[in-house]
Amino acid sequence: MKPQSNRFMSMQEMVGFAILALLIFVIFPLILDPFRLNLFGKYLTYAFVALGLVLCWGAGGILSLGQGVFFGLGGYCMAMFLKLEASTPENTKIQSTPGIPDFMDWNQLTELPFWWQPFHSFTFTVIAVVLVPVIFAFIIGVAMFRRRVGGVYFAIITQAIAAIMTILIIGQQGYTGGVNGITDLRTLMGWDIRTDEAKNILYFVNGGLLFACLFAAQYIRRSKLGRILIAMRDQEDRVRFSGYDVADFKTFVFCAGAAFAAIGGAMFTLQVGFMSPSFVGIVPSIEMVIFCAVGGRLSILGAVYGALVVNWAKTTFSESFPELWLLGLGALFIAVVLAFPKGLAGLYDDFIAPRVKPLFDKLRSKSNSKDADFVGAPAE
Amino acid sequence: MSDQDFPNGKKDARAAGLSRRSVLLGGTALTASLFAPSFGNAQSFPTAEINTTGLAVTDDTVTIGILHSITGTMAISETGSVQAEKLAIDQINAMGGILGRKIEYIQEDGASDWPTFAEKAKKLLVNDKVASVMGCWTSASRKAVLPVFEQYNGFLYYPTFYEGLEQSPNVIYTGQEATQQIIAGIDWVTKTKGAKSFYLLGSDYIWPRTSNKIARKHIEKLGLKVVGEEYYPLGHTQFNSVINKIRLKKPDVIYAIVVGGSNVAFYKQLKAAGIDMTKEKPLLLTISVTEDEIRGIGGENIEGAYACMKYFQSLQNDNNLAFVKAFKEMWGEDMVIGDVTQAAYLGPWLWKAAVEKAGSFDVDKVRAASPGIELTTAPEGYVKVHENHHLWSKTRVGRAKADGQYEVVFETADLVEPDPFPEGYQ
Repeated sequence: MKPQSNRFMSMQEMVGFAILALLIFVIFPLILDPFRLNLFGKYLTYAFVALGLVLCWGAGGILSLGQGVFFGLGGYCMAMFLKLEASTPENTKIQSTPGIPDFMDWNQLTELPFWWQPFHSFTFTVIAVVLVPVIFAFIIGVAMFRRRVGGVYFAIITQAIAAIMTILIIGQQGYTGGVNGITDLRTLMGWDIRTDEAKNILYFVNGGLLFACLFAAQYIRRSKLGRILIAMRDQEDRVRFSGYDVADFKTFVFCAGAAFAAIGGAMFTLQVGFMSPSFVGIVPSIEMVIFCAVGGRLSILGAVYGALVVNWAKTTFSESFPELWLLGLGALFIAVVLAFPKGLAGLYDDFIAPRVKPLFDKLRSKSNSKDADFVGAPAE
Repeated sequence: MSDQDFPNGKKDARAAGLSRRSVLLGGTALTASLFAPSFGNAQSFPTAEINTTGLAVTDDTVTIGILHSITGTMAISETGSVQAEKLAIDQINAMGGILGRKIEYIQEDGASDWPTFAEKAKKLLVNDKVASVMGCWTSASRKAVLPVFEQYNGFLYYPTFYEGLEQSPNVIYTGQEATQQIIAGIDWVTKTKGAKSFYLLGSDYIWPRTSNKIARKHIEKLGLKVVGEEYYPLGHTQFNSVINKIRLKKPDVIYAIVVGGSNVAFYKQLKAAGIDMTKEKPLLLTISVTEDEIRGIGGENIEGAYACMKYFQSLQNDNNLAFVKAFKEMWGEDMVIGDVTQAAYLGPWLWKAAVEKAGSFDVDKVRAASPGIELTTAPEGYVKVHENHHLWSKTRVGRAKADGQYEVVFETADLVEPDPFPEGYQ
């Protein structure tokens, strides 16, 4: 194998990022009406989760079927802040206890639980959105990876955690809103998030955050750490015998995936206007893995396209064939898995990349780069 | 629209309304003759005047939305509502439509998923500009779409009996709020059956909890006793421990608000544990089992239980006989019709009456016209829209028979006033 490039991004990847940026920041806002743009904003929040899965699963070989938990925790933290802001004593004066969220009143709570109190602060909320899921992921990571639980067993345990989390949220409805979730969120620090204008702004904020996460993921992939992850995925024992502490690396990448998912969850709450346990359970968690699989689990950009394509197909099918759309979606998954096991990114690598690569090489030789020839992303 | 046109148009519509039954029974000849006069109607209501807010109204059609789950776990419950709404729309169209315009509908699938409901509601209101929406079933789905309807000033007809504690200017609640279903039932069981002690149980979410809260308050007000209260997660299937507790505490009444698939396990296990409901010791009173659920439970497993609803398929009145006949003709002989299905059927009719009273499709005018709307042709009998957007309706108690139908054993003499924020019950 030729020596790998240490550059942050190859020319080809740079063009890929640029095209995606063009799509998200220019083309979508131009061709989509506010309603559809908001929907695409919602789809892009899932791209955060898929991106986290590319790191965990594609690079680190850790398949988590419980990413919905982190998405949900991030989303709930944001929802708690927004709900407290919406539950002013004036808005809730018909309740027996004005000033607390409506669902608490319905469940005979008479004061705000202590752990809701800090969510009056926006700064605290922003920190909690990332920190709560990361701490949770850290605990799971340490507990599992230190004991060398991996592979299928890890997937099953994460799935169980997703199930437990749903039951907990539904069961404690006085504190969490139960099955209904936390609904009727209106303003963010006095700014009405329900208007078209606000949704547009949130869309761009969401896009900006997504790119920040994409760069972070790219950085992790390119760093020495990323190489160790891939080595771990392919030959875990060999890495361990070389003196690396495998568990720490796995925990790190799992926490990174959780942080991405949590940011996606918080942006989801802001754009959709509520949060409910239906994003936390097993089914949504598996759906999130599907986004990643369709996009290509090895490709950072593929994750974004996967989330976009699957959700767009879901919306389109269900609008055109309300009675049959699930079958159509199922057929799409089967087709993707059978025909393109590496997802959309695999399709690109097989058919498009060989044609455009010579172009890049030509460009490169003109610009007289001294870097070693680029051989493709590590172990892809 | 001149002032003279308006009462005329309304009169036409009323005459048509009265002959709905003959349309159902009489067939196409009548339909054709009804269609002819209503054409004149359309011309006397120019589109520009009856639709000033850009809704999907043309010179001869008006578009509404149907938003229920037709896939996922709730599909089994919501399908009946979709069918009833389509039947009502067909019948209204056969009569010449509303203000001379045929109703067209756009159906969206909420997929038993609350965010999907919100997304589709927004699509119907923003993209399709529907004049009203018939839809939702669970409280969770209603809570998810509510901000959307309030933001875009849509108009929703919501069919399910629910927990109350809500009164949106953008929703007409065609099902009962909790007190309408509970209080008369408990009064009945204490008066005629001499019940003194109750065991409350339910699925763990907002509706059963709020309902049991109201039931408990009312029971205690009557000076009677609640000997137990328990909740189980949705989808729970192991009821043996609560059945043992019931045998130990020997309540006179088991007050059950178990929903969905859990019902099947609950009633089968009750029967297996030797509690014969036909002996009424203890008596079982439920507010969550309609004819639809009995299809899953099996009539023989629930025979002898009492249910407190506003509608049963077995109601013997002319409106209902015609409704059941038309429903079966459209959707098949083996269909059963539960309380919610009937409430869903009322939606398009109530909307039609309100639009005709307002002489406009504008949501603000329809909303203003809605309180006081009466429907003499409702299968459940006469209903009326209250100021608070709920319906005045009767409370009835039915006794389950082995064939899956209820025998009506009691109904309130008068319509029960809807009271979504009951004082003294919160």
